[in-house]
Formats: sequence, C-alpha cells, structure tokens
Amino acid sequence: MTAMTMLSDYARSAGDPKVVETGRSSLPNVDRWARNLGWFSLALGATELFAPRAIARSLGMQGREPLLRAYGMREIGAGMLTLSTEKQTGVWSRVAGDGLDIATLLAARRRNNPKRDNVGVALALVIGITAVDLVVAQLSTTCHARGASEPRLYHDRSGFPGGIAAARGAARPRALAPAE
Amino acid sequence: MRALVWHGKEDIRYDTVTDPAIEDSRDAIIRVTSCAICGSDLHLFHNFIPAMLPGDIMGHEMMGEVVDVGHGAQSKLKVGDRIVVPFTIICGECDQCRRGNFSVCERTNRNKQLADKAFGHATAGLFGYTHLTGGYPGGQAEYLRVPFADATHIKVPSGLSDEQVLFLGDILPTGWQAAVQCDIEPTDTVAVWGCGPVGQMSIRSAILLGAKQVIAIDYLPERLSMAEAGGAVAINFAKESVLERLNELTNGKGPDKCIDATGLEAHISHHHPDSFIDRAKQMMLMENDRAHVLREMIYVCRPAGILSVPGVYSGLVDKVPMGQLMNKGLSVRTGQTHVNRWTDDLLRRIEEGQIDPSFVITHTVRLKHGPDMYRVFRDKQDSCIKVVLKP
Repeated sequence: MTAMTMLSDYARSAGDPKVVETGRSSLPNVDRWARNLGWFSLALGATELFAPRAIARSLGMQGREPLLRAYGMREIGAGMLTLSTEKQTGVWSRVAGDGLDIATLLAARRRNNPKRDNVGVALALVIGITAVDLVVAQLSTTCHARGASEPRLYHDRSGFPGGIAAARGAARPRALAPAE
Repeated sequence: MRALVWHGKEDIRYDTVTDPAIEDSRDAIIRVTSCAICGSDLHLFHNFIPAMLPGDIMGHEMMGEVVDVGHGAQSKLKVGDRIVVPFTIICGECDQCRRGNFSVCERTNRNKQLADKAFGHATAGLFGYTHLTGGYPGGQAEYLRVPFADATHIKVPSGLSDEQVLFLGDILPTGWQAAVQCDIEPTDTVAVWGCGPVGQMSIRSAILLGAKQVIAIDYLPERLSMAEAGGAVAINFAKESVLERLNELTNGKGPDKCIDATGLEAHISHHHPDSFIDRAKQMMLMENDRAHVLREMIYVCRPAGILSVPGVYSGLVDKVPMGQLMNKGLSVRTGQTHVNRWTDDLLRRIEEGQIDPSFVITHTVRLKHGPDMYRVFRDKQDSCIKVVLKP
C-alpha cells in the first residue's frame, strides 16, 4: 500500500471501506517498464534542454548545443507520450529517437574528436537502451492489440424479446402515433 | 471484503478493504450480487476525471441483497430485499428531487463546497466516482453502503434475473433519457455516435420511442453488428464518410436528432485530424476533452435539430463551432441521468418483455478478474462490449 493511499483515508468517512492489503493490478509489468522509460525520457530530455553545454563538452560536440536542445524537446515529447495512455506510440517514438541519437553519436565519433572515448561509451549506452526500448515497444504493442482473430458478431442480440417490428414505436406517446 | 480499488492511472487492483458500516440512519448495506464495468469507468481508469484519490473503490452499476438497514430507511427497505442501486444518490426530498431532477440532488454530495467551486453549484453524490461528486465508495465490491437508501434504490420483483435488471441503475435509463431528450417524432432520423453499452441502449430506446430511422456510427464490427441487431443502420467511420452516408440516408437533410454516446474520449484516428490535436492538448493540460463527436454532430445535424449528450465530459473543450450551433438553431440537451425518473416505467417494460437489456452482456467473470477485464474492455479485446462482475 502506498503512502498516498494511506493519506487519502483522511478524505473518507468513518464508515467508508479503507484499503488493508493491495492485490493484483490491471497494470501489466510491460506498462510499468514503459512508465520507467517515460520518466527516464523526461529526465534525459530536461538535462539536454537545460544543460546542453555540459553534454556537448563531455562529447566533444561544442557548437552543437542547439541540436542537443532540440533532442531534449524530442525526448520530453516522447516521455509525455510514453507516460500517457498512448504508451505504445510513446515507446516506438523513443525507438525512432534512439536511431537519431545513434546517427548523431556515430557522426561525433570522428578521429579528431578528443572526447572520442566518451562518445564510444555514450554510443554503447544508447544501443543498450535501444534494445530495451525495442523489447518494451514490441511487448506493449502485443499486450494491447485487439488480437488477430476475427471479431465475434452479435447479429442475434436485438434486445427485443418480441422482435424489432413489435418494438418499433411501442413506447411512442399515443398522440404521436401515426393514424391507422 | 474484496473490492476493485483505484490506485492511479490504469492501475485498478483487487484489494482487501475494511467492510462498510452504517453511518446514518438512512443508510443501508447491501451484499453485491452483480456489478458491471461502465464506459465512464474507463475515464476514471485513464485519469481523465479530476479528483480521484488512491484507495477509491470503483463501480456505479450494481445490485444486491439488503443485509443491514438504518432505522431511518426501515419504512422502505428490509433485510433480504433485492435492489438495484442507481448511480445517482438521491434524497428524494429536496427541490430538485421533487422536480425529478435527481442527478442534481441538492443534498447528497458530501463534498458540496468543493463541487460548488468546480461547477458553480454542486450536483448529486455519485457512487464510485470523483470526489467532486462526493467520493462515495463504489459497488465493484462484495458489500456497499447505500446512503439515503430509503430513496436511493429500485426494488426488484422476484422472477427477474440480475442480468435483466442490473442496467436499470445506469446504462438503460441513460440511453432512454438520451432518446427522450430528443423529443422523437415518427418522421425522425436519429443518429447515435458510439455503439458502446450506452449507445446500444440509446438505439433500442429510439426504436421503442418510434424513430423512423436510427443510424449507428462506430468502427468496431462487433459493436456495429449489435447495433444492426437492434434495428439501426450502421456507418463504419473507418471505411466510409459519415457526412456522405448521413446525407444519403436522409435525402441530404441530415439527421433530425443526434446522440453523443461517446463523450470525452473520442476515438483518435487519421479519419479525424482534430482528434490528434485534442489529444496533444489533453496531454499538455491545455484541454480536458476530445470533442470530435460534438463538432461532427453540430455540422451534420439538420437545422432546428436536437443534440442529446449522454456521453461524459469532464471540463474544457476547444473549437466547438458555436456559429454553426447558433445559426442552425440546434438545441443541446445533456446531463447525468435522472435515473429514478425513468426506472418505474423501464422496469415495467422489462417485465412486459418489451426490452431485455441483458443482450449487451458479452463477458461475465468473477470480481477477482476485474483488473484484467478493465484492460480487455479498454483495449476492445475479445469482442468485449459489456462486462458483468460477480463478487
């Protein structure tokens, strides 16, 4: 039981039920992983947006701060999507963003970059995170898909035990009934 | 006891909670025999309705057997009575209740000050809903305290199954009120957006009230097939233009009456570019609701027509074309359902075999499977339209 659940008991009256023990949740593990990735996106995006110089210095990418800020905005957008109910779109947008990050880091791994080793470490990290993103995106998409089987059709469920013809207008006020 | 408890966005758990207790002489406790997941529960599931708190018990469609009655309610209820509980809690005595405006009962919202600030004037208390409507524990549980129980109940005659009467507490009167608000005439075409449970009940109600033609708009084959079974002409908006089809079906005049049984979570798709903008704004807290259906209804409705809105909206919407609404002379009728205004009449129609609302049930499971069924219902898996839970 979370602290918020216990705190919320103050908003309840004496006779209201209160949580004693929590049980199985509707939130599958893959959605929890997606949420963690969403929060990670927000943190990384905020860092890129507000501290681009430090990142640029550590990667030997001085002069590319505007690009890092733009990536920060992209990362925050992906984080918001991943934390929303459209989490699959959010995680797939992270995968696309990972691709951009990898391309950018590969370009920065030029021989004359004095921080080439740092770029290598960053590249390894991004590739690892890309793998996690790919797995979560795939699992999340499968978990929330409607399924491959054909939908059941309910043509036999009229709800009118006497049939539609008998039901049509059965509750019509008499004044509105068409003349015989 | 066990109950389905809201812990946050998309996080509903099958929890152990303390048993409810009688607080007021007008309270009663019921042992819940059947309850259901409503479409509006999904708005809470997605955290689109403000002022939910972790630990809130879900559910506002329930029925059961009375197991304890406060002395103030004993003139109307006794232990062993079988009742359906309307989702609107009513005192039965205030000015609004006397007028039949039960969903805006002036006494039952125990968070009146909060609701006054949010809405201007408080509305009735509701079960299993936001703290803006009292934060009363809901009925997706083994037991439920029913406040103002002497007025807040519908007695069920023996001989009718739970499945036949359960929906008297919400979706049947909600669909009925949506159709009644349309002032249906024998020459009318009624178009219904959204073929979930409330849409299905709206379609049946419009047929019973004598509409010449009922048109159902959705994109899910299972829902459209059920709508057709109830006498509607189906439009699949993913495959055809709603505007063109409505004009074909109405000789270019447009439907006389339009019902929005969708509400704040209109489907997001490339067929509706405005839905993307609405969703982005929702995410950035710049807008509460996705109003695609409202916009489309205003555009396609025949001038001087009526728009009936049983679908739930939570707050602010953008880009509502007031110019079209005003110049076409459209009337908008909406509101939470005044459940008890309609239930005597609807119960009689069920007893007479005019309608059997159980047609809408596609899944019946034990309460412990509730968390999974929220996901199945939300993701439209396994052709799910309506879930009934058995504690």
